Amino acid sequence: MNAPLVLGIETSCDETGIGIVRGRQLLSNTIASSMDEHARYGGVVPEVAARAHLEALQPSIDTALAEAGVTLADLDAVAVTSGPGLAGALMVGVGAAKGLAVALDKPLYAVNHLVGHIAADILDADAGELEYPTVALLVSGGHTSLLLVRDLTSDVELLGETMDDAAGEAFDKVARLLKLPYPGGPEIDRAAADGDPTAIRFPRGLSRASDMASHRYDFSFSGLKTAVARWVEQHEAAGQPVPVADVAASFREAVVDVLVTKALDACARHGVPRLLLGGGVIANKRLRDVALERAAAAGVAVRIPPLRLCTDNGAMIAALAAELISSGRRPSTLAFGADSTLPVTEIQVAEDADAEPPTPATVADAAAPGGAP
Amino acid sequence: MIIGIDTSLGTAVAAIARDGEVLVDEQSANPLGHAEVIGDLLRRATAAAPAPAHVAIGMGPGPFTGLRVGIAAARVYALGRGVPIVPVPSHDGVALGVLLGDALTHADTGRFAVVTDARRREFAFSVYEGLDDDGLPVRLADAALSPRDDLDARLADLEAVRVDATRVSAAMIALAAARAVDAGRTLAGAEPLYLRSPDVVAAHAPKRVS
Ligand SMILES: [Zn+2]
Repeated sequence: MNAPLVLGIETSCDETGIGIVRGRQLLSNTIASSMDEHARYGGVVPEVAARAHLEALQPSIDTALAEAGVTLADLDAVAVTSGPGLAGALMVGVGAAKGLAVALDKPLYAVNHLVGHIAADILDADAGELEYPTVALLVSGGHTSLLLVRDLTSDVELLGETMDDAAGEAFDKVARLLKLPYPGGPEIDRAAADGDPTAIRFPRGLSRASDMASHRYDFSFSGLKTAVARWVEQHEAAGQPVPVADVAASFREAVVDVLVTKALDACARHGVPRLLLGGGVIANKRLRDVALERAAAAGVAVRIPPLRLCTDNGAMIAALAAELISSGRRPSTLAFGADSTLPVTEIQVAEDADAEPPTPATVADAAAPGGAP
Repeated sequence: MIIGIDTSLGTAVAAIARDGEVLVDEQSANPLGHAEVIGDLLRRATAAAPAPAHVAIGMGPGPFTGLRVGIAAARVYALGRGVPIVPVPSHDGVALGVLLGDALTHADTGRFAVVTDARRREFAFSVYEGLDDDGLPVRLADAALSPRDDLDARLADLEAVRVDATRVSAAMIALAAARAVDAGRTLAGAEPLYLRSPDVVAAHAPKRVS
């Protein structure tokens, strides 16, 4: 047997992701998004997302199998996101994954979505080996987390996370303030193109000296959003036109600045010259540019997976499970549920003490071509 | 053999033989926790029916989050087995149980409504009367919602006896599916019986902060 062939199911937010990997080789990364259905609400509506997952699952599995050129019978294992994420959305994926694992009588691996974002990196065949430890900054519409990764399958520590809105949510909310459509990220970017990022000095959340003791690596974007709202209201009240380009550019700069500053601070304080970026907001070019520029000045090497692997997807879930299998981990029991607040330290959920670990042949072969740990 | 799955009220999984013999009929009474129990229940049913020809799914109505767990599991299980699914209104399963019970006890429930909790101060109900030649409950009115306080008056107008259901037997879902397959009939569409559009508030103007 070759490296383990794993199908991963991801339904934590508004993307139905079905991925198929063989060890570290990406065979399919199929994504169905319900983003358009959320546009008229200005943000992700959990019930709309959950209904869309149920509709998209089966066709997405069919598409992924066809693209990968494999059949369900070929699979060695099934993987699924147990959390964190939207509970009702996660449950669709958990139900589906259990149905598939029982039908095929194959092991099931229930894994952590955030650690999956890190695992996306190992599917990038051109990137070379992921070195440990690394700091990881994960930014999306659902999460903003700073992690210290000592080992993908066994040791991930949460350094900090957002105390209120995720960075992507802040983009959506400020876009609405500026009467721009959803999703806010690309709209703010477009509006900011001709703006002056230094025009308005918006606050950097949790960045004061007094915040450093208990929230050094935490984020807060609700104060920033309120500051933008107040600034816009005051301008409108004074009968002045709102300089949308400058507001957008200055807001974006505040978000980017606080994300990059805290990430590089974590690298410096932990003596780790490596930073991995992940999550859908990494699509923001300004964030990538600033991170690359300031990291280079600080002597920190930055890794950015291909964008299709940065947004939520099933391939990263399959990749994480394949690494777990290659490191000899036993499958999960069938008794886990969706955990909307699953801590990042729980890389795999409900590992079954009574289950057979993967066969030696699997581990040996899996370790050979990809160079597993 | 047919595997039946219903998560419209609690979690139920069953396996029946082609002649209707019940091989496994499992229930988890917990109204929550569908995702936690569905895998183990399905594994037990599969052990009793290792080569099912169909997978019957209770399509609701029921609380959406739990309902979807069963439908997702059933659809993908069927995909994994390479067998077709047979969607069944969950109330049909309850009605079939009532009517088969009547036949055993020589009772006659007459016209009746299967009533389940729909949350938000509403009930879901479907009206039935007797079995047809295919052995399936005759559904006079498809599942609909009623405000809780209005239900009894509506059922009086329909001259239907109220039958409150607190569980749905997956074996009855499977049996209804078996009879529908035999008769070449379709009992429900492929989509869940949500009965409500996603309960959402459209984007409103941003709140003032100053
Ligand atoms: Zn994510």
